[in-house]
Amino acid sequence: MEQFFQQLTNGLAVGGIYALIALGYTMVYGVLRLINFAHGDLFTIGAYLGLTLLTSLALTDYLSGFLGVGLLALMVMGLVSIIGILLERIAYRPLRESHRLSAVVSALGASIFFQNAIMLIYGAKYYVYPQDLLPNTPIFILGMPIPLMRILILLSSILMMVALYLFVQKTRIGTAIRATAIDQDAARLMGIDVNRVIMIVFCIGPALGGAAGMMVGIYYGQINFTMGWIYGLKAFTAAILGGIGNIPGAMLGGLLLGVIESLSSAYISMAWKDAIAFFVLILILIVRPTGLLGERVAEKI
Amino acid sequence: MNLLVLDRITRRFGGLTAVNNVSFTVAEGQVVGLIGPNGAGKTTVFNLITGNYRPDEGSVILEERFLNGLAPHRIVQLGIARTFQTIRLFQNMSVIENVLAGCHCRMRTGIFGSLLHTPGQRREEREQLNRALAELAFVGLQESGQQLAKNLSYGNQRLLEIARALATSPKLLILDEPAGGMNEQETQQLIALIVRLRARGLTILLIEHDMKLVMKACDRLVVIEYGSKIAEGTPEEIQRDPRVIAAYLGTDNDDSKN
Amino acid sequence: MKVPGSVPVVLFSALILAAPLVLDHYWLDVLNSIGLYTILGLSLNIILGHAGMFNMGHAAFYAIGAYTTAILNTQYGVPVLWTLPLSGLAAALFAVIVARPIIHLRGDYLLIVTIGMVEIVRIALINDVFGITGGANGIFGISRPELFGFKLRQPQHFYYFIWLFVGITVVLFTLLENSRFGRALNYLREDDVAAEGSGINTAAYKLAAFALGAGWAGMAGTIFASKMTIISPESFSFWESVLLFMIVILGGAGNIAGVILGAFLVIGLPEVFRDLSTARMLFYGLAMMFMMIYRTQGILPPQPRVYRLDRVGENP
Repeated sequence: MEQFFQQLTNGLAVGGIYALIALGYTMVYGVLRLINFAHGDLFTIGAYLGLTLLTSLALTDYLSGFLGVGLLALMVMGLVSIIGILLERIAYRPLRESHRLSAVVSALGASIFFQNAIMLIYGAKYYVYPQDLLPNTPIFILGMPIPLMRILILLSSILMMVALYLFVQKTRIGTAIRATAIDQDAARLMGIDVNRVIMIVFCIGPALGGAAGMMVGIYYGQINFTMGWIYGLKAFTAAILGGIGNIPGAMLGGLLLGVIESLSSAYISMAWKDAIAFFVLILILIVRPTGLLGERVAEKI
Repeated sequence: MNLLVLDRITRRFGGLTAVNNVSFTVAEGQVVGLIGPNGAGKTTVFNLITGNYRPDEGSVILEERFLNGLAPHRIVQLGIARTFQTIRLFQNMSVIENVLAGCHCRMRTGIFGSLLHTPGQRREEREQLNRALAELAFVGLQESGQQLAKNLSYGNQRLLEIARALATSPKLLILDEPAGGMNEQETQQLIALIVRLRARGLTILLIEHDMKLVMKACDRLVVIEYGSKIAEGTPEEIQRDPRVIAAYLGTDNDDSKN
Repeated sequence: MKVPGSVPVVLFSALILAAPLVLDHYWLDVLNSIGLYTILGLSLNIILGHAGMFNMGHAAFYAIGAYTTAILNTQYGVPVLWTLPLSGLAAALFAVIVARPIIHLRGDYLLIVTIGMVEIVRIALINDVFGITGGANGIFGISRPELFGFKLRQPQHFYYFIWLFVGITVVLFTLLENSRFGRALNYLREDDVAAEGSGINTAAYKLAAFALGAGWAGMAGTIFASKMTIISPESFSFWESVLLFMIVILGGAGNIAGVILGAFLVIGLPEVFRDLSTARMLFYGLAMMFMMIYRTQGILPPQPRVYRLDRVGENP
């Protein structure tokens, strides 16, 4: 029973991370109908930037504890969102009117570029996050010791997701984003500055992804330039699972995928852990491509 | 004899009933027009006939054969060819290749013939090429063979779609707003083409908003409004039908065309 | 019927034939690689270039072919050349089984699924599924091909074998392009609703394109396996698929000459500029973005087929 609970909470924590990354995919897809392949690499950049800021700026001395990590997260999010905006400007905006495949190939190109740039700058080895940033005492829930870190990760993810949800639902900009996602041309005709909306989306999505990257660094302790690939694909699966373009869907999909993965690897097999996400992806695309919460856009014949 | 029979077909999309219990027949050799206000469900009826949608209720019958659930390409093979409301040509391919697409289903060369260019394959290619050229000539596009489809004028693109449909050797030709975007002169040529098609022995079912064309070219009309059939008869009868007049009042009719 | 410009073809063929006389083993092997990737690129071209289906999992078919040869040869002693058609068949069968449920998916979704497919295949190979794949170490000891008692051992032998295969592939695929089958694939790519509405069985042709492309890649796998005598899962990763994808897209999707050019560029150039090879992928990434923005069709866009239209009125 304890094993189950541990795996469950672990799955939720990992799922929260997947969800944060998935939100980036789903929001960009919502407004641009584009799968931003480079998103996973923005997540990686977040992880590396967090480490760089910590170590090379010798901030470790000043920045331990919750406040410090929070500040670090904000810095990372800010930097990654700038990169996100640049990415959109350079690789995607020129292709807005072109065939979908062109944008997808460009996205792939950007992803390859980022990943190799990281490798060239930082090298191919694994980097280690300082272990003592936050206290890791176990918290007892229902009599079982759950690492504090796990709870923190889960809570912060949920916090960010709730903030995003409220932002999108309750603010004017959020409504503009939703309108653009439904019909870009109509939104433009209504006076919405579509370019600005897209820029904001490329701010928020990458920022969340960058934060997730930092979380992975803190939670797992080590980062590598290829992690964007596998996390990216899993987060993408989560977005599809929930219904691509659907924000609550991405959150649900992320958490669900994290739990499925955690429980399967514990009770079925460890070796196939990474493949679980692919299986889920293919299954969903065959059985219910619209995802759990999504709607299909029908093609008019 | 009845070529096509629609028997109480119904199609729903979520909560909306797009086509509601529609029945009518198309007799061999006739030109039947399907008219009605925009959004009435006419193209949906076409899509139900061509197999792009499956009826939720009712049947589509071609020469006593049930078409429900058959794939669209199969229905083409059985003898129903269509054009699309928004032109769907292979824009980046040549005019002649567009027509050859229609010939495809009447050819038999498989992958081995295609890989090895057997004598049978080469003969079939020549035959079908000639057939395609003949259809192009029939619609008046014989000079344009090697041009890219996207470089044709709008009116000529519509004619090309008809040529492609003819290349499938259909019994029933379904035209979805063939005069859409055509000017006065092109519309007259289209009417003449329809007369020639009928003289060839084809049966035609068309959707059109251009009332002059409809009145001149059609033997019978079926009127659809909000997914249901509200009237059926000769053009003269329909013109006088009060329900039809009520349905059209204040909707889309383009004054310059009347 | 479209015939590729004869002068460049003859020139190119002459250069290819003459190469072993002037080049050393190292560069000959580079050309061997280029040749192999040309075959793979041409096979992907059927699926991606002609039928327009976004397939980023092509390395999976390559892997199936290579492993089929490896297993049949090392476990059952089947001579390598006999495994050639069997590998092709295995890969084609695999493609049909996998593609069947996903063939109706729209472009970018299909892309994602094919990525998932190649990764699952790779993970399955590493995990030694069914106990026959040798796990992460792969399979070694694959024999060399033997033709009428003559064993292909040196790079020069493989050179002629590979480029002969390239030649056959080019001839067959050129014929295929100019046929009913080739046209059908193009109609699919341009507008599959219109194609279906014109009487073409789009589902069947999509599967056929996959089967043919996969089968050919499988045979390339046989050549690869017997040349290297050792194969392992790393050679068949998603990144291999990306390389193949780039060869087709950058060189010119739908154009045989384009694909050949693509292979020379993507595989050959890094050898020429070996100092930059660590940054090679970086440049590929930039190249992809650049090409999409400035020249989507690739370097050599597909040539429209030409038909003799002056025979109107002539009865067949």
